[in-house]
Amino acid sequence: MNEITCECGHVNPEGTVLCEACGKPIEGNQHINGNEDKKLLNMRYDGSARRSQTYNRTIVDKVWNFFSSVKVGVWLIVLTLIASAVGTILPQEMYIPPNVDPASHYRDQYGLLGQIYYQLGFHNLFSSWWYMLLIAMIGISIVIASIDRFFPLYKTLKKQKPKRHELFMKKQRIFGVTEADQVDLELYKKNLKKRRFKIYEQDGHILAEKNRFARWGPYVNHIGLIIFLVGSLLRFVPAFYIDDFIWVREGETAMIPGTEGQYYIKNKDFILETYNEDDETDARFKEAIQKQGGPIPKTFQTNAVIYERTDEIIPGKEPELAELKDTQAKMNHPIKFDDFALYQASYQLNEFKEMTFKIHDKGNEDTNYGEFTVDLSDPKNEYTLDSGYRVEIDNYFPEYEMQEGAPVSVSKYPKNPAFVFTLYPPDSQEAETSFLGIGANVDASGENDYKIGLVNFDVRDVTGLTVKKDHTLPLIALGGAIFMIGVIQGMYWNHRRIWLQPKENGVWIAGHTNKNWYALRQEINKVISGTHIQEPRDQYEKKE
Amino acid sequence: MGDLSAISGNLLYAAFFLYLIATFFFGATIRDKKRAKSRTAGNIGISITILGFITQVGYFITRWIASHHAPVSNLFEYTTFFGMMLVFAFIVLYFIYRVDLLGLFALPIALLIIAFASMFPTEISPLVPSLQSHWLYIHVTTASLGQGILSVSFVAGLIYLISQIDQSKTSKHTSWLEFVIYTIAAVVAFIVLSSGFSALNYQSVFQAPIEGQQTEITYQMPAFIGPADGDLVTEGAMQPLIEAPEWMRGEDAAVKLNTFILSLLGGLLLYGVSRLLMRKRVGAFLQPMLRKKVNPELVDEVSYRAVAIGFPVFTLGALIFAMIWAQQAWDRFWGWDPKEVWALITFFFYAAYLHLRLSRGWHGMRSAWLAVGGFGIIMFNLIAVNLVISGLHSYA
Ligand code: HEM
Repeated sequence: MNEITCECGHVNPEGTVLCEACGKPIEGNQHINGNEDKKLLNMRYDGSARRSQTYNRTIVDKVWNFFSSVKVGVWLIVLTLIASAVGTILPQEMYIPPNVDPASHYRDQYGLLGQIYYQLGFHNLFSSWWYMLLIAMIGISIVIASIDRFFPLYKTLKKQKPKRHELFMKKQRIFGVTEADQVDLELYKKNLKKRRFKIYEQDGHILAEKNRFARWGPYVNHIGLIIFLVGSLLRFVPAFYIDDFIWVREGETAMIPGTEGQYYIKNKDFILETYNEDDETDARFKEAIQKQGGPIPKTFQTNAVIYERTDEIIPGKEPELAELKDTQAKMNHPIKFDDFALYQASYQLNEFKEMTFKIHDKGNEDTNYGEFTVDLSDPKNEYTLDSGYRVEIDNYFPEYEMQEGAPVSVSKYPKNPAFVFTLYPPDSQEAETSFLGIGANVDASGENDYKIGLVNFDVRDVTGLTVKKDHTLPLIALGGAIFMIGVIQGMYWNHRRIWLQPKENGVWIAGHTNKNWYALRQEINKVISGTHIQEPRDQYEKKE
Repeated sequence: MGDLSAISGNLLYAAFFLYLIATFFFGATIRDKKRAKSRTAGNIGISITILGFITQVGYFITRWIASHHAPVSNLFEYTTFFGMMLVFAFIVLYFIYRVDLLGLFALPIALLIIAFASMFPTEISPLVPSLQSHWLYIHVTTASLGQGILSVSFVAGLIYLISQIDQSKTSKHTSWLEFVIYTIAAVVAFIVLSSGFSALNYQSVFQAPIEGQQTEITYQMPAFIGPADGDLVTEGAMQPLIEAPEWMRGEDAAVKLNTFILSLLGGLLLYGVSRLLMRKRVGAFLQPMLRKKVNPELVDEVSYRAVAIGFPVFTLGALIFAMIWAQQAWDRFWGWDPKEVWALITFFFYAAYLHLRLSRGWHGMRSAWLAVGGFGIIMFNLIAVNLVISGLHSYA
């Protein structure tokens, strides 16, 4: 290490621009902060020795210097910003209807633009590798840039002495010379103290400083950002994060996925309320409700019981359940138990539960050869009636649709059930096949003697709940809190220093702040009032 | 109940006129040739502004009581609140720096925002389940306050640009400044057209296929751009000149496009007439009035200070509180829906602003342009994202 000894006796590390103790510009290093030929000193990081400005030989140096550059950092932020904006032009894949083919959806809905968007991968922008890479690079950049600056700055501010080199004083942005015999230094110090400056003295030189802690704001907020990012990364670790989904029908008890068979939920009732203009308390929304035209939902709620399994978990064995809580999940009010939370996320109204059919003569609806009931969540293969008739279910379509002339099921939820039945009458060898759905009753051969007709059905609601366990939340919240503390610390306070140097016939005064120079000047005017110190000048020249 | 919402509406009118009067007093401060220290007109101006602000708070509270929920849940309510926060932020910065000119520009912008908001449905609307949360109020009000403070940065930036741009020759600076002024003219045109035609009760109704269904579509302005494959039903109304392109889906897409184009044309007319009258660039016309009054360094610092104060508030409201609410309502604190992404973009943008200023010395002109850009992003998030790219957030 090539240490540099200043004329004031202080030993500075290699790469120092301004002596840590007295601020004298160190010869041969002024190019680092671009101080040559400049009237004013660049006070960035107080001229401390930053690694990125000192070494540029090895590959490690080069990587370090790359990431520690704010120019690079801003570029990364701007690129992320532009990419994000592009990601909002069309909906992301997660917001398009779930059972469509994305490739054709984007093409059909948005034409050529959609096709290009899809092919470039913008439909999944925020989980694309290059978006993640941008964020990761911002993270790295934040860490390196902060380390590069914090430690040198911290050391320099710690080692600074009130007695400053003349060149340092003269080349401050705020500088003034007072020629007068009776400068009232006692009043000056009193004023400073009143304005909560800390005062350090050395041989009659006075350094007044306040809010140094504001300088650490950026580093604190950067630490917050990093903690936040780490928290987000931990979501990829299964132990920290579970995200599952469950449909529960009314009256049903189901195992909660993600809990390893430990917890069960019973859906007692699903409630969907809508606003009603005739209702007294909703009457104030009358105009809006009428304008809307359709119903406006007011509440989504599942009344539920949570059970915990008490016996040992053996596959196939009926669980023994103990009630944990009787509660409800509402939007904005999830059910919480153990480490889990259940969120009201979705619902299905009026799903078919049971359907009852009867067998009658094809030409006469009043005849009845027996009835049977199909439980749609668990349909049997065949039903034998007391009258000796037998019905087989050849095919079951929970949610049927005709596609290219043939019935298919578009989901496994009994929202629009249809069946292919084969009927075996007791007195005949000939089986009869028919297709039956809501509003469809087709005789397969056209020669059937009997007909199966729907006599009754039962519906129920289904609630959809997300199951979440998220141990990353505390870390993410911590990151957010630290970030907020850091920005406030850095933004709402300013680091201000005023140096005063005694001269034979008066004093010199110089000031520095990390931001808001106008406010600093106002403050200096207040501290010098009545002291006979003259108002210093702002030597900064605008160049545009 | 009805009474209360009527009172509320009147308070908003009153606030509007108070802001208007205050603007004139701030305008009077220009007549003083001295750079600072003319207090009377400015003092009256700020007093009336504060009175107007209190009146608007009165509007807010009475409407809250009438609707039983904080009135920040539809575009009208949210946007008027934003206008109120802009005035509040202006008051705060006025007391730090005492720049009268700030009022002359901040108040008209707030007036435009409130007038703009009133063009949207103003009836009290019910809350869908996801919006029934205290975190919604906390999130929206804080985010809006943050945006209001950040907008003061734009106001100061605009003053800087008008007073400092070299108007002796045409440059990128002068052209962009004219563009900003034109944009403001287009907003004025939108307000004039909307309120004008609604005062006339203008309507023309079309039948057009929407998603395969014949639907009735109502225009409140003459339909220059009709819906795709639409048939005019109203008798005597103007036949559209062209049809909206096929790919514009949604019931109101063609109506919105029509309104948008008319406003742009109206803005062009306003701007064109002004230029004819002034016989020079609008920026060049305004400059001499400000030049003597403006201390560029001070205005630059006001602009920056507004960002310094507004950035943490915005982050807290628009990101952190938003995340807490989203976590409760939708089981994820972040979902990449357009509104969220645009809040993040705003955050990134101002982070870039701060880094550029701090480390790369972007002061004065560059910093002022950035402030204009930031305001553009805020307005985009407020208006375009709601009206065009609709996400989960149900302000519409
Ligand atoms: C979106 C991410 C980021 C946010 C929100 C953020 C936030 C901030 C804030 C609020 C400040 C204080 C600015 C001021 O006092 O005017 C700051 C300073 C700073 N940031 Fe960042 N930052 C981010 C990313 C980065 C990146 C990627 C770099 C990498 C180069 C970086 C490097 C710095 C540096 C060097 C400072 C100045 C520190 C000082 O005063 O000593 N930041 N940052």
